Amino acid sequence: MSEKPFRVLPAIVPETEHFWLGGAEGELRFLRCDDCGWWLHPPAPICPQCLSRSLSVTAASGDAVVHTFTVNWQPWYPNLDPPYVIAIVELPEQEGLRLTTNIVGCEPDDVRIGMPVRVTFEDYDGVWLPFFEPAEPAKAAS
Amino acid sequence: MKAAEIGERKAVVAGVGQSQVGRRIYREALDLTLEASLEAIEDAGLTREDIDGLATYPGNMGIPPGFSGVGITEVHDALRLNLNWFAGGLELPGQLGAVANAVAAVATGLANHVLCFRTVWEASAQGDKGRASVTTGGGGGGGYRATGFQQWTLPYGAPSAANWIGMMAQRHFHEFGTTREQLGQIAITERRNAAKNPKAIYTEPMSMDDYMNVRMVSTPLCLYDCDVPADGSTAFIISRADRAGDLRRPPVRIEALGTALRGRPSWDQFDDLTTMALRDAAAMLWERTDLKPADVDVAELYDGFSFITLAWLEALGFCKHGEGGPFLEGGSRIAPDGEIPLNTHGGQLSAGRLHGFGFFHEACLQLWGEAGERQLAKQPEVAVAGAGGGPLAGVFLLTRSR
Ligand SMILES: [Zn+2]
Repeated sequence: MSEKPFRVLPAIVPETEHFWLGGAEGELRFLRCDDCGWWLHPPAPICPQCLSRSLSVTAASGDAVVHTFTVNWQPWYPNLDPPYVIAIVELPEQEGLRLTTNIVGCEPDDVRIGMPVRVTFEDYDGVWLPFFEPAEPAKAAS
Repeated sequence: MKAAEIGERKAVVAGVGQSQVGRRIYREALDLTLEASLEAIEDAGLTREDIDGLATYPGNMGIPPGFSGVGITEVHDALRLNLNWFAGGLELPGQLGAVANAVAAVATGLANHVLCFRTVWEASAQGDKGRASVTTGGGGGGGYRATGFQQWTLPYGAPSAANWIGMMAQRHFHEFGTTREQLGQIAITERRNAAKNPKAIYTEPMSMDDYMNVRMVSTPLCLYDCDVPADGSTAFIISRADRAGDLRRPPVRIEALGTALRGRPSWDQFDDLTTMALRDAAAMLWERTDLKPADVDVAELYDGFSFITLAWLEALGFCKHGEGGPFLEGGSRIAPDGEIPLNTHGGQLSAGRLHGFGFFHEACLQLWGEAGERQLAKQPEVAVAGAGGGPLAGVFLLTRSR
């Protein structure tokens, strides 16, 4: 097994820990407004739609669609070897609810805008980074 | 909007200056800044005793290396200025937001003559290592933990605007069928223009084959779609229009400016990634003038990455949204003798990453007819200078004094 690649990790603070630690239980978690149902990202203390402060941590389905992507060829960090796919995925829960992530589990050449993907988590020092992989398993190489 | 409500017309550009520009020239950032500043003051026909305002972007920052290194305080003290007003900072509508601040200050009478500057020394900071400007906060590894916007990108190996703009370009390619050959016309045209700019960094001719075959940085952006880190400083004097009589020559007029951001201030949550804030800044600009895109004689538009320039061309209405690719096809429309000459000094792709201020500088020189060998054959009367990309954008419509 190869070592895990290098990752800069997020600071875990009360406002964001539901997002970064939810993967331990397999959940992609956001704040959601109790009054109007709006999903918040990034987290904030107030609903941007109705200004309610009544917000609850809620799990999304984990499904998403590739909104756009780029194949990164530049070695920005030692031990994070290109090429790898950086993508912005959009969640079906709400139009415009997006995450920047990596597409894993397939070759960079196989990634397309509009492709259905599904969340998968990896544990880095207790931070559960959400990545996304093709929702339909890629056809096994013959 | 009534003309009397358009306060930016109470301000003018009185003079411009620019230091030595180059790769790894290893001069102090303050030294470069003072060279540009004193040239701008002299160009305006003023003395430092006349300068009562100071504005800059982004202020003094140690990180990322070379991104700044000079703030208001250093210039204020070095020139022993007596100021009525000053402002420096990063949270602005693009790099030219500092100039917009200066315009607001003179339009409200808080100052008479404001010195604006932007200094970079990213080439020297780069030294023998990789590009310094793009690993903001993330290069350290070890115990560093990302916060703010960076926490959403750095864990995914996406520290650079090359990645974020690459994704915007990819979305544009997907929605509108834009191609690399079309986008490549920006880099190729700018390289041709740079050959007539004695301060430009890259002047060797570039062919479409060169462009198509160079290595990728972040698809669909290749190396030649990315600007080149440079050392240099650019400065302007923004003055009260009713003090134009103090000046050496008729000033450049400010017809309108656009500083809007009408969506989310975010690189990945903004509603339309193919336009970003450029859409809003440009819309605001045209709301403040009777002039139309067809009246513009020369366009100096930010190219930290070439796709941003395409997006500016669309946002400003030189072509429709989504039609930037076909508009660039063949390159003739953006050539010096084309319908809208673009980045006549070579842009940041070839003339160096002076970070937004270079476009405003070139627009003023073209309007004064002082651009040397690259001066457009038909004297421009109206110029547009826009800077920024992603959620940061500011744009000026400038006119020649009549
Ligand atoms: Zn709500």
